[in-house]
Amino acid sequence: MSSSRISRREFIKWTAAGAGATAMSGCASMGGSAGRVVVVGGGYGGATAAKFIKLWAPDIDVTLVEPNQHFISCPISNLVLGGNAQMGDITFSYEGLRSRGIRVVRDSAVAIDAEKRQVRLAGGDSLGYDRAIVSPGIEFMFDQIPALKSTDGQNRILHAWKAGAQTVALRNQLVAMRDGGVYVLQIPMAPYRCPPGPYERVCQVADYLKKTKPKSKITVLDSNPDIMSKKGLFLAAWNGLYKDMIDYRPNSEIADVDIKGMTVKLQFDNVKGDVINVVPAQRAADVAVKSGLVTANNRWCGVDWTSCESTAVKGVHVLGDATLSASAMPKSGSMANQHAKVCAAAVVALLKGQPVNADTMMMNTCYSFVSGDSAMHVASVHRYDTAQKSILPVKGSGGVSSAASSAEAAYAWGWARNIWAEALT
Amino acid sequence: MRNVMTLLVAVAAGGLAQPAAAADAQYARSLAATCFACHGTDGRSVGGVPPSLAGQNRDYLLKQMQEFRDGKRPATIMHQHAKGYTDEQLNLIAAYFAAVLPGPAASAPAVK
Repeated sequence: MSSSRISRREFIKWTAAGAGATAMSGCASMGGSAGRVVVVGGGYGGATAAKFIKLWAPDIDVTLVEPNQHFISCPISNLVLGGNAQMGDITFSYEGLRSRGIRVVRDSAVAIDAEKRQVRLAGGDSLGYDRAIVSPGIEFMFDQIPALKSTDGQNRILHAWKAGAQTVALRNQLVAMRDGGVYVLQIPMAPYRCPPGPYERVCQVADYLKKTKPKSKITVLDSNPDIMSKKGLFLAAWNGLYKDMIDYRPNSEIADVDIKGMTVKLQFDNVKGDVINVVPAQRAADVAVKSGLVTANNRWCGVDWTSCESTAVKGVHVLGDATLSASAMPKSGSMANQHAKVCAAAVVALLKGQPVNADTMMMNTCYSFVSGDSAMHVASVHRYDTAQKSILPVKGSGGVSSAASSAEAAYAWGWARNIWAEALT
Repeated sequence: MRNVMTLLVAVAAGGLAQPAAAADAQYARSLAATCFACHGTDGRSVGGVPPSLAGQNRDYLLKQMQEFRDGKRPATIMHQHAKGYTDEQLNLIAAYFAAVLPGPAASAPAVK
């Protein structure tokens, strides 16, 4: 053995080349599995975790359970509402993961039986696992808004906060709206998926209305006391590009919607609109609830940030928006991507009897488009703090753009193309 | 006999060094993995911006990250990211990307 004389750099080179070579050979070996991993949910968290476990340990069997046929990205979906992107731009196949040797099962996970180490599927099957990863995304708390308890109500007053059919339907409502109409967006109390998302949506709808229906207005009913992310940059767009179009009202929590009268009912006010877009409050999706993973406020799943393992159920890891966010950690696709790689490294180490890295680092990058060709960002870097047992922003790091620009729009599209490839190839 | 002893010592040293080296390599990989989201898996970008990092010169990569961090090279976002890492971490990140074979990444597959 001469490995003691191999420098760190050569060792890394060797492991990197090895990983590349096994990835090139495609499918996993049939025999000698190093363990079975079942991943629930094929979004930014789950798809990325499945990919990286297979990339870093081709001898682990990986199954991804996802009810949707295609991956549809929430990031960039606001541009579809604004007419600055098409559904085809944000819709992708899971074939890249299949050709990597990952089994992709089109079904819904109902619950996890941690005793039996099985994931129960809606279709009736059960999948056994050595480690389970749950990246289920969010569910809307429709029961807080009486008119939205019914499917009929939900089909008329859209959220479009999960990209897909609702994105297309809201775009159609905006296209059908008269010139001089009012688009109303109601924003839930934080925490919710994608903190800057509602304000980006206002920009995208404003961009569309300014070009095609310039007499139209936008009313923003924000449950929060202020703009929750990139405030100065959004206000610059609203007071500049979209001057006199946007009426922003903080502390405007929703009580109900009068669908017939197309009116949002607030506690002390009623606001009429031609298109009403309500984003309800959110919690971890049902499979997390039924699996006993929810630990905070009946909404979110606590995890150990060195592995994303649930604090409630051993052997089960939780990723993405469903987690109880650490300090200054947004619920974003970017963050889910980082959770996924921390989790993948830990799961590989645990299944191979190796130590789990405790010096966890994560980085967040969220771009927002203020028009079709101008964007800006918020960035942060997070490091695990052993004393606090949490992951915290690194002092002095992170920040926002000095101003929105076309250069950052190019970076934003580059970010999107790379993070999609990272999750799906 | 002396040669046999040397060999035994070398085997023992190798046996001990390997897990530590593997842990170091995994730590470097986890650090570099934070950059993948924007720069592509293993630093192989799908093309254009953000640029590929795979196979670039280690010293060059380290110098760029340090200059971003110190405000010597103008940036939109990289100065904010680079400030989140220690010099030791930046070193490991630069070494990781320098050791990866260069080449573009495939784009996420469109729906047929």
